[in-house]
Parts: sequence; C-alpha cells; structure tokens
Amino acid sequence: MPPAVVLVTGVSRWLGGALAAELARDRFIERVIGVDTVPPSPEVLRRLGRTEFVRADIRNPLIGKVIATASVDTVVHMNISSTPAGSGGRGPMKELNVIGTMQLLAACQRAPSVRRFVLKSTSAVYGASSRDPAVFTEAMQARRVPSGGFAKDSLDIEGYVRSFARRRPDVGVAALRFTNFIGPRIDSLLTHFLRMPLVPTALGYDARVQLLHEDDALAVLAQATTGDFSGTVNVGGEGTLLLSQVIRRLGRLQVPLPSPTLGSVGRLTRRFGFVDYSPEQMRFLNFGRVVDTTVLRDEFGYTPLYTTAEALADYASTVPPVVPPDLVGSVTSRAQAVVDRVGATVASVGQRLRPVPAAPDLRAVRDA
Amino acid sequence: MPEARVIPLRPEDDEPRVPRPPSPSWEEQVTGGLEFLRRRLTGDYETDEFGFDPDLTDHVLLPLLRPLFSRWFRVETHGVENVPGSGGGLVVANHSGTLPVDALMTTVALHDDHPEQRRLRLLGADLVFEMPFVGTVSRKMGTTLACNEDAERLLTGGELVGVFPEGFKGIGKPFRERYTLQRFGRGGFVTAALRTGAPIIPCAIVGAEETYPMLGNAKTIARLLGLPYFPITPTFPVLGPLGLVPLPSKWLIAFGEPIETASFGPAAAEDPMLVFNLTDQVRETIQQSIYQLLLQRKSVFG
Repeated sequence: MPPAVVLVTGVSRWLGGALAAELARDRFIERVIGVDTVPPSPEVLRRLGRTEFVRADIRNPLIGKVIATASVDTVVHMNISSTPAGSGGRGPMKELNVIGTMQLLAACQRAPSVRRFVLKSTSAVYGASSRDPAVFTEAMQARRVPSGGFAKDSLDIEGYVRSFARRRPDVGVAALRFTNFIGPRIDSLLTHFLRMPLVPTALGYDARVQLLHEDDALAVLAQATTGDFSGTVNVGGEGTLLLSQVIRRLGRLQVPLPSPTLGSVGRLTRRFGFVDYSPEQMRFLNFGRVVDTTVLRDEFGYTPLYTTAEALADYASTVPPVVPPDLVGSVTSRAQAVVDRVGATVASVGQRLRPVPAAPDLRAVRDA
Repeated sequence: MPEARVIPLRPEDDEPRVPRPPSPSWEEQVTGGLEFLRRRLTGDYETDEFGFDPDLTDHVLLPLLRPLFSRWFRVETHGVENVPGSGGGLVVANHSGTLPVDALMTTVALHDDHPEQRRLRLLGADLVFEMPFVGTVSRKMGTTLACNEDAERLLTGGELVGVFPEGFKGIGKPFRERYTLQRFGRGGFVTAALRTGAPIIPCAIVGAEETYPMLGNAKTIARLLGLPYFPITPTFPVLGPLGLVPLPSKWLIAFGEPIETASFGPAAAEDPMLVFNLTDQVRETIQQSIYQLLLQRKSVFG
C-alpha cells in the first residue's frame, strides 16, 4: 500500500528537496509535507511542486502537532547535519541531530497514524580505523567506536531509532546507511573537498573510497519511502577507488600533509568557509571505509545505476580539472614520438657502425 | 653386433632448450614506462575493495623485490604444483626473520614460479596498517587485515590467501630458537578455510631466520615505541641504517600437499576439537618440512 501522507524533514537541502519533489510527482501520494528550519532556496522551491512546506524546528514539540493534524503515515528523517558549519557550530549541530531526532521520534510514537519511518543514516557509524575489516556488512559494528562529531551523532540517532522500533513494533523502520554522496548537483562533504584545486591528504595514508551517485541515493530513498523494506541496509555504489586515484581522475593536485598538521589546515579552510572537516573525517581520509551492498541488491531490491567510478566520472564532468588528462596524454605521446625517433636514429647508426658479423659455423681454413 | 645406439655428446643438452623470450629493447621499456606514467597521473587503473593495486604491484613493487629474490637470497621454490592454479586456497607458512621479508618473498615466488602467476593476498597484523606508508604500500600490494571477515571474503572470491599464524611470536623470536615453530594463534585460519571449503597449503620457508639474526630484544625501547619487539642484530642498531641490509642467506620455499577441508562442511568450523586437530596437523607438516629443507640446504649462505 503506497503511503498517503509523507513528511520529509530536511527538505531545504538538495537531497531532501529532490526526494520531496520526486514523491510529489507520485499520484498515489495524497500529500507531501516538507519540514525544515530554513526556507528552501527559490530553486529548490520551484522543484518542490505540490509539496507543502512547514517551517518548523524538529527540536520543537510543534512537529508533533503537524504529524497529528495531517495524520502523517510515513516519516522520512533526513534532517541530520554532517558538518558544524552548516548548523552554526558543533553545539547546535549536535542539538539538531540528536535532540531533534528524539523530538521527532517522540512525536511519531504518539501518532497512531504513523506506520513507516525511514532514517537517512550513514556508513560513518562503522567508524574508520586501522583495525577495520576491509568490507563492512550490516551485522558488523565499529571496531573503534567514533568518539565525536557526525559519526557519534549518527550512532546515537540509530540507537534512538532502534528503541523507537522496539516500542512501536507496528511501524516499519528502515535505516539506510549511505556511503559518501557524489554527483553534479548534490552538496556533500566530498564534493566540496574535491572542488579545491589542491586537495590536502594525510601523508603516508591512502583511503579506500566508495561513492554513491545522487540519482541512486534519491532512488533508494524514494523506494524506501514507498516500499515495505524494514531493517538496516548499506547503500553504496559497486567498486571502490583510492583517494589518490580519485584526486588524479579529477585532475586535482594532491598535497600530502603530516596528519597532525591536517587539523590546523582544516580549521583554516573552515574559517574561510571553504571546506569543513572534522577529526573523524580526517580518520576517514586515513583509512577509508567500504561497505557490502548484498542486502541492498538482494533484499531491498535495488541495484545502483552508477558504479563508484561512473559516479565519479559524472561528477568530474562538472569540475574543470587543474591537470587535464588530455594534457598528460599529449605530453606522454609527444615524449613517445621523441623516443621512437631517437630509437630509430640509434638503430640506424648502430647498424652502420657494427662490423659485419662472420658467417656462423664456418671457419676459414687455409689450404695445405 | 649389438644394436646401434645414439649417444648424446652433451647429456645436459638433452632437454629441448626453450628460447627465452627476447628481453624488451630499451625503447619498448621507455614506452612501457611512459604509458605507466600516464596511467598513474590520470588515475586510469583499477583497485579493489581491499585497496589492492595490481598495476603498481606488477610494474613497481614486484620488480623492486625481484633482485632480492633471485640474486640476494637465491630463493629456490619447491612444490608449486601443490598450489591450485585457480580458486581459493590458504597458504599457511612459518614466520621468521625480524622483518616480514619472508611474506614478500613468498609473494614473488608464487607470482614468478607458479605457471598461473598466482597473486598471494597476505593477511597482516593491525600494526602494519597503523603505520603510515607501510600500511598503504601493504594494502596496494594486496595485503589486508588478518581477521576472519577479510580472509573469508578473499577465499570466497577465489583468491590465494597467505597467512602466518605464528604472528609476532614467530617473527620476533630470538635467533637461538630458529626453525622451531611457535604456537599457531587461535586457529582462526582453520575456521576461515573450513567455512569457505578452501584447501590449506602448508608452506615451509627456510633462510629467513638468518636474514636478521635477532640476538637480543630491547624491551624498554619496544615499549616506548609501541612495538612488539625491538631487535638487536649483529648489524642493527650498531651500523644504523646499514643494519637494515639483510644477510644474504640461502632460501628454500616449499609448498606441501594441500589439506582438503571442503569435505568437513562449513558447520565443522563450530567444532573446536576438529579445528585444534587440523591446526596441529598443519603445524606438524610445516615443522617436518622445515627439517627436511634444512637437511637439503648445503650451508646457510650456500
């Protein structure tokens, strides 16, 4: 049975807005209600279609009234901030993430109409450390529990959602653990990070990166909202790349810095509002993280259209390279031509200089 | 009159000489190098989920190890026919020599001396991946963390996995205990093989013990640096970085007959007694094989 009234939190961001717009196009869904603390940009607003926008803070009990009066049956929780800058510092970020989720869940528990809850979570809950297995399945837990920031918030949020699922067994709960998003339009940590012409990385480390294209992210969220999957699922593209490889494919320049200095570089770039990365994201840059997507394909029933490499290629088309691959190609082919010419010259000179070899196995024997 | 018989003039010429493939000319080498450089600069190569980079391994890392393999240690490989040409397999070997040079040499041996050029995917301790550079290069060479999840994933993927169950106990043992096998961990490697039905190939390595004979262990320094041991060898730390040059011992690597595990079924991994017995069987086989190789070897540096 398709949902009748859907509530989407965090609708002012690209992914939330895109999901609301996608759901609004579905004729079977009666109402789509978008909630966010800030009004959507005119561009997002135009796409939202018949979505009703409610400017509300999910930290506020007001959200309960919205759910009750509209008799919402499906809640998609996407209002989770991954960077302190987006929400005005670490304090407000944590408040929005954790307290906001608690408020939302409290409201959902009271509302008998709610029968489905979709959480946009992250694979950051697996942490990132040298003791990690190469590939995480849904059943595994972080080897070194993330101690702060977005990953810690996400762990807490997943915990609260699990206890909500226990208290309301009639509600189908789906937790989607997304890998890093990438794509031409989405605004994610990595898209910002990789737009810099010089990309700082941790000296002596190379992370394994698994990416998810924005279109796939959207399709998975839409399917989770209208479908009936409940449980936890990893969502990521097929295949992995190394961070150094990603930087090279984008034609950026890699600047390896010793790990301790990376923190201050991060603070510096944050101050200029350039890129914002925190200690746990630094650890991600050291070790990376890969998740197993068998459950996504077999049980959830979705196969991403883009592999990690294809998603990166699609993003690369929107980022002008600093070192164009064509240039590298033409330089190497020119060097190649020079080598060929030198080789030919050397060979011809060598031929002229070399004495004519004696015919083998024949020895001049003087007649008696 | 007895029947006429052909007596070969030079008996050693009896085997038909296989002409060596002509070594590439310098132009071809430069061309290959340029193409490699282009691939590296544009990121146009494949890596897998474990961080393995076959392009870098084949063109940089293995060529760097080859002189050490053939000239320095003059490694002789025996019994490669015991290593399956395709499909999963677990190579279990003894560990020695202060630095894990034996792991690298086994990788080269299986790539260069096996007809199918098999890639050995090593399992390393978490200390390896904690260290900058070392961890990254190890991953690019195909090493991953020694944990059951990774081992089983590689084995189900049909890879040849290399494991040294003695771990630091084996590699960091004093020189006087050379060629005596230490305890074989907790038998995790046997459970991994049982769950995936992969054969266990016992492998004995002789020669690694003499590369850096560990005379003493500076435990205080080791504790300060967070290392499992800090070796004192005849050349290290006395000669400083020169002490890192391994002694040119003669190496023998022998792969024994595979121990089949598929007939036990995956449920057998839950039977600790069977796991212990198999672990002991593998350990005994390797120890016997080491003694045989030691008898075969003429001298330590011969």
